[in-house]
Amino acid sequence: MRTTFINTLRDLARKDERVFLITIDMGYSVLEQFREEFPDRFLNTGIAEQNAIGVAAGLALSGKIVYVYSIIPFVTMRCFEQVRLDLAYNNANVKLVGIGAGMTYGPFGASHHSIEDIAIMRSIPNMTVLCPGDPIETEQLTRQSYEIKSPVYIRLGKNGEPKIHSEETKIKLGYATQVTEGNDLILITTSNMLEKGKKWVDEWKEEGISVRLISMHTIKPFDVQAVKELIDHNIPIITLEEHNIIGGLGSAVAEVIAESGKAVSFKRIGVPDKYSHYVGSHEFQREKFGIAKKPDIKFRK
Amino acid sequence: MQTDENEKLKALANTIRKHVLNMVMHAQSSHIGASYSIVEILVTLYTNILKIDPKNPTDPYRDKFLLSKAHGSTALYAILAEVGFFPLEYLNRYYVDDSILPGHLDRESVPGIEFSMGSLGHGLSVGVGMAIANRQTKNPGRIFVLLSDGECNEGSVWEAIMLASHLKLANLTVIVDYNKIQSFGRTNEVINQEPVLDRWRAFGWDVWEVDGHNFDGLLDALRAPHTGPKVIIAHTVKGKGVSFMEDTLDWHYKSPNKEQYEQAMHELENLD
Ligand SMILES: Cc1ncc(C[n+]2csc(CCOP(=O)(O)OP(=O)(O)O)c2C)c(N)n1
Repeated sequence: MRTTFINTLRDLARKDERVFLITIDMGYSVLEQFREEFPDRFLNTGIAEQNAIGVAAGLALSGKIVYVYSIIPFVTMRCFEQVRLDLAYNNANVKLVGIGAGMTYGPFGASHHSIEDIAIMRSIPNMTVLCPGDPIETEQLTRQSYEIKSPVYIRLGKNGEPKIHSEETKIKLGYATQVTEGNDLILITTSNMLEKGKKWVDEWKEEGISVRLISMHTIKPFDVQAVKELIDHNIPIITLEEHNIIGGLGSAVAEVIAESGKAVSFKRIGVPDKYSHYVGSHEFQREKFGIAKKPDIKFRK
Repeated sequence: MQTDENEKLKALANTIRKHVLNMVMHAQSSHIGASYSIVEILVTLYTNILKIDPKNPTDPYRDKFLLSKAHGSTALYAILAEVGFFPLEYLNRYYVDDSILPGHLDRESVPGIEFSMGSLGHGLSVGVGMAIANRQTKNPGRIFVLLSDGECNEGSVWEAIMLASHLKLANLTVIVDYNKIQSFGRTNEVINQEPVLDRWRAFGWDVWEVDGHNFDGLLDALRAPHTGPKVIIAHTVKGKGVSFMEDTLDWHYKSPNKEQYEQAMHELENLD
């Protein structure tokens, strides 16, 4: 997703000279080409997240379209009040680009994990929250982020995620994308759990269970209408995210269900409101938190 | 210092570097350069300066050391194991699945880790808090904080610097690992930090400048009495000790392949 993002941004920068990139001393082996091609539209602000966001706001209010790049916790939470006031309250045209969704930085430890970012970013007025799950979504959502004139948060994974969608799939910001048809269960994923969700759906298929897979790549504005229609299918709904179970995709879907006045079986799968003290890889962290393997569900036949 | 004492410290530093190489090789993790620049600093602190007892790691009167540049964790794990905070075998259980020692610091992982960290610019504020608490309770324990040079880009570091001198915290010592490289460029090309000594002085600190790989200089500076907070600017080399890792940005990130591992180990063994 990282490479897809930066290639798309370079393309946008070629077409529009207002596009500007700030790095907070990150991006080794990712941002060099952009720096070479657009030296006047690239700035390393040093390891100083709060200042970087303020500088980005100033550039944006002077007509630039600013992308700010770092690891998720540092570009969202280390500078949270600058994000809230300088970007959101002032409605500045700044896009925060974070890498390392969830426990992507597995063995680095909890300082580098991000399980709170969706919850806090979606609670900020004026903020758009994009959580692409594969390179197709990353490319199209990066392009659409550029059209939005207010702050956007783009939550990326790492590099080398497989394409889940076909090349022709049209991803529309603000609208859920259906990946598979299915009549026994609905699985809604966001961000880097799309790949996992697809794998589970394939496994269920082998067991004769057909699952409707939905990629909720836009968390805000949230596609309320799509969830309402899913409720009407009258089959169980599961949400899957690599984020705290509090405040993320599961919460957003639960809000819609609660207000729909309809009853539907519903389960949230996510990180169980704990920091990881486990040491190990990304997938190992997922295993420890119980989000690596598909849940054992008894289906009434 | 006596030459045989100096030789002993050098040998220990070399042992630490070999541990770090083995850990980074086994785990295929990053940040070896950042660990190599602080080896002599850690060896000096843990053998001659810190009043700590590995058998009683939570002694309330102990000195406390905070590695604010927590990505240099492998060097800290290695010295903690060498002085007896936990078994040396734990060093084989770093970073890989179901192991004990994470890439950054978790104070729930092993004894001797005073604070969980990994985001830069936190350690000095925490150290200031600990120093205030010790002074108020007449606790003789001193606080030592090791910062990286890039970390000093963070505004929070300077907020803590101001408060520490305002409060005249004489039980607080900072060491800056001035290796002149950060994550995406050379430190003074990203943001110029010079004149670094004058800056700290202007903020009211006692300032020392040393070669961060020389034990005599480090010992003198660390032992020098001070009436307010003290900072030691330690000139170091990122990747110190392995020729092809020295002073490169690449070895902030890379992990050695088999050939590089062998060459590095060969160079370190020749120093024994
Ligand atoms: C707040 C924060 N921003 C970014 C990072 C990512 N990061 C890890 S190490 C590093 C910089 C390394 O340079 P320096 O601080 O000089 O330490 P050195 O490796 O040279 O010892 C950065 C930016 C971080 N850990 N914390």
